Amino acid sequence: MTFLDYAPAPESTAILNLKSEYGLFINGEFRPGNGESFKTISPATEKQISTISCADEKDVDSAVAAARKAYERTWSKLSGADRGKYLFRIARLVQERSRELAVAESLDNGKPIKESRDVDIPMVAAWFFYYAGWADKLDYAGLGPDPRSLGVAAQVIPWNFPLLMLAWKIAPALAAGNTVVLKPAETTPLTALLFAEILQQADLPDGVVNIITGAGETGSDLVNHPDVNKVAFTGSTAVGRQIARSTAGTAKKLTLELGGKGANIVFDDAPIDQAIEGIVNGIFFNQGQVCCAGSRLLVQESVHDEVVDRLKARLSTLRIGDPLDKNTDIGAINSASQLGRMRELSDIGEQEGADRWSADCVLPSEGFWFPPTIFTNVSTSHRIARDEIFGPVLSVLTFRTPAEAIAKANNTPYGLSAGIWSDKGSRVLAVADKLRAGVIWANTFNKFDPASPFGGYKESGYGREGGRHGLAAYLAPAYRTAAKGGRK
Amino acid sequence: MTMDISAAGGTSIAPAARALDVIGADLTERSLRRYLEGIAGVDAVGLEARAEALGTRSIKTTSKAWALDRIIALTDLTTLEGADTPGKVRSLVAKARVPDPDDLSTPQVAAVCVYGDMVPYALQALGGAHAGSTTAGSGGINIAAVATAFPSGRASRAVKLADTAEAVAAGADEIDMVIDRGAFLSGRYGEVFDEIVAVKEACRRDDGTYAHLKVILETGELNTYDNVRRASWLAILAGGDFIKTSTGKVAPAATLPVTLSMLEVVRDWHRLTGEKIGVKPAGGIRTSKAAIKYLVTVAETVGEEWLQPDLFRFGASSLLNDVILQRQKLASGHYSGSSYVTID
Repeated sequence: MTFLDYAPAPESTAILNLKSEYGLFINGEFRPGNGESFKTISPATEKQISTISCADEKDVDSAVAAARKAYERTWSKLSGADRGKYLFRIARLVQERSRELAVAESLDNGKPIKESRDVDIPMVAAWFFYYAGWADKLDYAGLGPDPRSLGVAAQVIPWNFPLLMLAWKIAPALAAGNTVVLKPAETTPLTALLFAEILQQADLPDGVVNIITGAGETGSDLVNHPDVNKVAFTGSTAVGRQIARSTAGTAKKLTLELGGKGANIVFDDAPIDQAIEGIVNGIFFNQGQVCCAGSRLLVQESVHDEVVDRLKARLSTLRIGDPLDKNTDIGAINSASQLGRMRELSDIGEQEGADRWSADCVLPSEGFWFPPTIFTNVSTSHRIARDEIFGPVLSVLTFRTPAEAIAKANNTPYGLSAGIWSDKGSRVLAVADKLRAGVIWANTFNKFDPASPFGGYKESGYGREGGRHGLAAYLAPAYRTAAKGGRK
Repeated sequence: MTMDISAAGGTSIAPAARALDVIGADLTERSLRRYLEGIAGVDAVGLEARAEALGTRSIKTTSKAWALDRIIALTDLTTLEGADTPGKVRSLVAKARVPDPDDLSTPQVAAVCVYGDMVPYALQALGGAHAGSTTAGSGGINIAAVATAFPSGRASRAVKLADTAEAVAAGADEIDMVIDRGAFLSGRYGEVFDEIVAVKEACRRDDGTYAHLKVILETGELNTYDNVRRASWLAILAGGDFIKTSTGKVAPAATLPVTLSMLEVVRDWHRLTGEKIGVKPAGGIRTSKAAIKYLVTVAETVGEEWLQPDLFRFGASSLLNDVILQRQKLASGHYSGSSYVTID
């Protein structure tokens, strides 16, 4: 054994106090669902973690009714300052139970503990702290004085950042005065259910947040429920389209945060070592299961070979394995179906003539795993350059001039994120100005902050989450009558 | 319009072999400057983030035991005080030979590091334990001497060279020189380069062998990572065997990001030429925990083969005792305390 084969340093699961079965969290209490229960497994071992209830149409109905009642009787009557108190309380409880939440997240999702511990959970707390501060300052949210809440928000979130996506949805909704029915992803319900326990601990009034579990059908029942005022969805573009179709013509306000095929543009004067780190972080963070991943590397032709060589050397040092080991860099793929899609698209990439390279690593025999992979010789017409793979697969393309870089970066139906690497500030600004993407990072990638709005162009969705803009998605301007006129 | 080629050439500088190979035969201050200025920049935020990420590695059980022993074997146990005396140096040497008298399995340090005038006392105290001695075998402890008007480097070239030659003649195996930071910061790269070449030559012994040359960049005074990277390339091109962060007399001394950026230069030099250059962070590394982060950074940046005394050193004084405490804890399962480790 050599030094680099670091001795195992697993985070203990002893801190978890999981139930063998979880019900639906409706009106402040757990209750069994009417649908057929399903199991949630650890994608690293395929072992069952717990049994989860499934909400059918009737359960959805009672969750929405509970949220409506809580909205009418309690939450909309509370002052902003009092709503803020609850949010602060939730944020502090998340911090207190951060280790437990991190372990649960890595267990259920397969992401490395260093990410759930250092990124996901701290950001969850940060999101609640941030929006707690907004709760009594809604007059400054940009909608004029006394903006009003919308009512009941139906929220459907994905499996790639289970608890963080929950925070992105629930924190602004509650701060703005709405009540919530949230459905976590079928493969990652665990932390949302632990979060429900936190809500009980925080003494949040019953029905203000309801968490119902289930698969796509439950989600569809929820967003189509007639008594819902707001729909917020993060997930695939295909499902986003269905939701847009089904909410069209209703009074429901809609925000969608969908897929992406982010371009990471590396100019020849880039700080090379940091650019390599940024490329790695852009596409291999969370096994590449990130909607804003930098999955298309656009590298200036003059430095292409050097960048690819260095990238391969760096990828060879990534440690793939047990998500709960503190030294793991790359964890498990969330589900067999995702793994299947990665394999399929990668095979197509090879068939279309791109050169495939994977880091030489031993993959565990059980669970879902995909090695960090790079495709070179990729053309803009290849499917691996157009379709969202949503995995640790990077497509490398080249460009010769800034104009070509911009054209290629924008040549996608998506428009969620982009990155620019250059030592020249003026070039960074000039290029950023012409990129059609909701988030553009300069000399960094995958950086998030609750104060910064996040969202996409084109097929990446609409509406913004985070910051003041994220708050506005849960508010409407005050009713005003012309007769009374004037400003308040 | 034609360009006067001879005017573009600029002042010629010492024809150091590495620089001739890499930059070319027209080695001048100007070609050196162009070369150094052509090196890719460093993004400070990204570099520090990478160093921080490396610092979160969790080194436990068997890996920790290996790391603690290796830290000792990579240490240049140092005393560099105005108040140093032959007695203090003897005491330091005794500690270097037997770091923990309660556990003789504890490895010896790589070298003792002293001022030039203390070299004879160190040599005498080491006796058969000196690396150069016939009885020391393959191991043995080196003597490193700081030279060239350490720590400021503010003296004439002649004084610096005499300082170096005298330490080598007295028996120093390694010379830790300081670069002229004033010249570097005012852009006189040729001057800094020539001086390193000259000091390297002053490291030559009568028998034609050379004392190992460590070039101290004093990164705390260079201030930016771009400067550190440029100075690292310059020191290697001029013939340095090691690049070293600091004198320990200027704050900040060694930091993980600075060391990482120097290791990246060493890795790039190895990619370019196949040659292995050493790195020595010095000053400010006081705990085992901090030192282990450096081992991780070395192993994951240049590779594990760098974790040997020819290629990596810690310049430290108080670090050794913390490592011994951790070593004792690992063996016994409980912490002892400062009364159970010897001072030097």
